[in-house]
Amino acid sequence: MSPGSKNKSFPDEQRRLSGRRQHLLLRARMVQAIRLFFVNRGYLEVETPQLIPSPVPETHIDAICAGDLYLQTSPEICMKRLLSAGYPKMFQISKCFRRGERGTLHLPEFTLLEWYQTGTDYNGLMKECERLFIWVSRSLEMGENIRYRDMDIILKPPWERITVSDAFARYTSFTLEKAVEKGCFDDVMVGDIEPHLGINRPTFLYDYPASLAALARLKPENPEFAERFEIYIGGLELANGFSELTDPEEQRARFERDQHQRQNSGRQVYPMPERFLNSLEHMPETAGIALGVDRLAMIFTNSSRIDYVVSFTPEES
Amino acid sequence: MYNASDLRKGLKVQIDNEPYVITEFQFSKPGKGQSLYRCKLKNMITGVIIDRTYRSGDTFQTANLEERRMQYLYSQENEVCFMDVENYEQTFLTTEQAGESNNFLTDNLEVKILLFEGKAIDIILPNFVGLTVTKADPWAKGDSVTGDTKPVTIETGYVLRVPPFVEEGSRITIDTRTGEYVTRVKE
Repeated sequence: MSPGSKNKSFPDEQRRLSGRRQHLLLRARMVQAIRLFFVNRGYLEVETPQLIPSPVPETHIDAICAGDLYLQTSPEICMKRLLSAGYPKMFQISKCFRRGERGTLHLPEFTLLEWYQTGTDYNGLMKECERLFIWVSRSLEMGENIRYRDMDIILKPPWERITVSDAFARYTSFTLEKAVEKGCFDDVMVGDIEPHLGINRPTFLYDYPASLAALARLKPENPEFAERFEIYIGGLELANGFSELTDPEEQRARFERDQHQRQNSGRQVYPMPERFLNSLEHMPETAGIALGVDRLAMIFTNSSRIDYVVSFTPEES
Repeated sequence: MYNASDLRKGLKVQIDNEPYVITEFQFSKPGKGQSLYRCKLKNMITGVIIDRTYRSGDTFQTANLEERRMQYLYSQENEVCFMDVENYEQTFLTTEQAGESNNFLTDNLEVKILLFEGKAIDIILPNFVGLTVTKADPWAKGDSVTGDTKPVTIETGYVLRVPPFVEEGSRITIDTRTGEYVTRVKE
């Protein structure tokens, strides 16, 4: 008998799944708390199609084909069409799909919380994020301080706010301009900046270069930057939010630019989302955000891998 | 040929005409940025470890590697000799290349030898091997400082910790991946 065969009567899968029980229970309570937060605050829960004809043509996000359609990479486009039609506050928790994204922090099929509120900008949205996290933490009876990967994180607002430009100055030997020019923005971000973000309290990293914002509004007083932010806790990126671009012409130009970049790098080019572009002129001032539910579950279960907060990874399904 | 999206821990690729194995792998994708495939790669000949970051679109040659079943024959000076069980040809590795595998090689043990372009570069041991204890001190009861194990020496000269009931002359099973005791073999 080989030493490994002792547990044959108890298959690996049962052992794995029963070992994950605490995380899955906490994840379920977390999702319930999220729903309650938004319902209490007057947001409408919506469902939009996961099968869509034209995904957002972002340069670095690849969709999965499903027959003549695509699985959504985010519910952004349909939810904004609802905004344009007069729905002022809404949220959605849905599965999104991105081809080729698999790692300790990535699943090609993952759960996204997306919400929008009209009449506010990214500053108002940041405050809503602070309220949501505190609410969820209290609902899980974890108070205002949580422990994540040997770090004590204080969730009580205000969180740290640092511009992308300042983060480059503080943590790297590059300037932001130089990194963008040399094409190493992503490398520096992953290698030198992200590990410093959200160490004792969550961090809002905000004001991204205009070239790195597909659907965000540019700052009226400084159009070199977009009103976009990301949330980090313990070096983990959790959410991407922004003041929405509401100018259809500008939006079309950016999509064309992104389609070009996709074509030049040999990636599939998706059809232009015409219905979305047509609706955009009716969209009021809005801020919106996408938050990774799996990653939020990692934070509250103190997990180092996204695998530990789902029942089945793609390799196990 | 591999693409960047094929990269994962354990994958073997060829870089600058040498075989490398990926020992650490991290997929990163900051914000809405590009996919970065950050790897630590170990040169399978020299053991040197390098850091590399790859992007979508990068491609890799597969390493021309082959595994052959061979039997351990003997060690001398700075080399270790194996015989191919199919064509009886002999192959040599340096003691350095054999590394920790030296601790578990006994006469006629069947192993796999990894060849790169026909040249032996590594030994793949069975996960579990049986070896004889050649030196064991009697168990001194109450010696709780070292816990419930004692050191013994096996026929290859390797020293490991075992439970107190293991005596000189016992056959034991060792996990070659960890170098640790697994069980005593009943004769």
